[in-house]
Amino acid sequence: MSTQNPCRDVSGKPRIPETPLLSVRALSKSYGARIGCTDVSFDLFPGEVMGIVGESGSGKSTLLACLAGHLAPDAGEIRFETRDKGPVDTIGLGEPARRMLARTDWAFVHQNPRDGLRMGVSAGGNVGERLMAVGARHYGRIRGQALDWLGRVEIDADRVDDRPSAFSGGMQQRLQIARNLVTGPRLVFMDEPTGGLDVSVQARLLDLMRGLVREMGLSAIIVTHDLAVVRLLADRLMVMKSGRVVEAGLTDQVLDDPQHPYTQLLVSSVLQV
Amino acid sequence: MAEAEQYNFAYLDEQTKRMIRRTVLKALAIPGYQVPFASREMPMPYGWGTGGVQVTAAVLTPSDTLKVIDQGADDTTNAVSIRKFFEKTAQVATTTRTPAASVIQTRHRIPETPLAEGQILVYQVPIPEPLRFLEPRETETRKMHAHEEYGLMHVKLYEDIARHGAIVTAYAYPVRVEGRYVMDPSPIPKFDNPRMNMAAIQLFGAGREQRIYAVPPHTGVVSLDFEDYPFEATKAAAVCALCGSAESYLDEVIVDDTGGRMFVCSDTDFCAGRRGAMDAEAVA
Repeated sequence: MSTQNPCRDVSGKPRIPETPLLSVRALSKSYGARIGCTDVSFDLFPGEVMGIVGESGSGKSTLLACLAGHLAPDAGEIRFETRDKGPVDTIGLGEPARRMLARTDWAFVHQNPRDGLRMGVSAGGNVGERLMAVGARHYGRIRGQALDWLGRVEIDADRVDDRPSAFSGGMQQRLQIARNLVTGPRLVFMDEPTGGLDVSVQARLLDLMRGLVREMGLSAIIVTHDLAVVRLLADRLMVMKSGRVVEAGLTDQVLDDPQHPYTQLLVSSVLQV
Repeated sequence: MAEAEQYNFAYLDEQTKRMIRRTVLKALAIPGYQVPFASREMPMPYGWGTGGVQVTAAVLTPSDTLKVIDQGADDTTNAVSIRKFFEKTAQVATTTRTPAASVIQTRHRIPETPLAEGQILVYQVPIPEPLRFLEPRETETRKMHAHEEYGLMHVKLYEDIARHGAIVTAYAYPVRVEGRYVMDPSPIPKFDNPRMNMAAIQLFGAGREQRIYAVPPHTGVVSLDFEDYPFEATKAAAVCALCGSAESYLDEVIVDDTGGRMFVCSDTDFCAGRRGAMDAEAVA
């Protein structure tokens, strides 16, 4: 594995990185006789945002849980490009190393902020937890970074000592994003990040996420059933049905010229205002 | 048959004591690690020291001298009843003098007089898991111990500072044992934390939670803190009203119903010893 900057070639000119950040091959997971997801393969490159859409029960959340290490897949391979050791097989990695990845290089944004936040701990403590988990032991600096991140997700600094239970749904979701991004991860998994929020709050959150993704050069995998969300955020799109990927391609291409009958149905089902 | 003869030595049967001794040995081999054990029903309610009593019963030999303290005192209900229990079921000698005891069972204090090699200090523990109130799932806390993921413990201290301006946790203050396991030292005041680096064996028994853990002699015990908010062993800013000690940990005692109060040593043996020495000097 070369140590040169993956975004520059030997002459120093920018180039499209050749090594994918995440490489998935023939991933399958079933629940007994029922298929969760089957034969999923894709590459995700640094700085790229991929959307996974499909109806309820199509296997998108199962896929995301397998990728993030929450579920053990039955078959297939997941390789993640680590900062120091190059590509590693995250399935055979062993639990301590995988949990370490999960709190440094990866982030997971849950649909329900209550699943991703500690509701009994102040906003500052929630953001600081990942810092303390990787060894930060200076209160002043932890608090400084927590305040900085609250600012970046547009939460007032005077709310830093309030508990998330006193926050609105949109604020809780923004707090969850701050808590996840504070350690500077490279890959973010998002499961329906805008679900359960009203449309104006959704728009603001999407705007914020788009800014953060571009600014930090994050790669992200966003699972959603909201086509408007992927239109705004995702570079590429995968459409799933009954546990299989039925169509994949550039977002605009898939949404504007759907090839598979299911994708055509999905796109035509969007309500027009 | 006399009443005392109806009991096996130290109440528990030999197989149970064997099982507990095995657990104690494992606990000593992995300092700070909570070893599960098959805790027995004891003739006292949970929360009254069933864990400590089982550990004491397992380590006691007929030649031992037992001392039992409750919050430092030898003469409170819990201490008196456990001492009587072992007087009846094990017929061992008992004492209130710290240096004369070979086994000391304690509830929430470490005696002021430094302990020596050859002594065993048995703590009663209500909740052995230091991460419990932060992470309710036992499956998860076990993984956190296994993988040394202790960031969460500092979240608790962070919350203290954010809310009160200082680490206000005053008892059951979390410690790290020999650079590895984070351990709940049982609800001793944090004043006692630095004194856990001692020459005696320290055993911790949690009866209801079915866990035993231990700190072998001369093992490093470090209280967790932040670089800019270091650990402080605190006590009431006063001297003992009876013996005048400025070093010992003090209890505040209300003496009348008009707001009168005084501070006295929580360790009654230490206080009585100092007063005895002062009386002797006065006579001489």
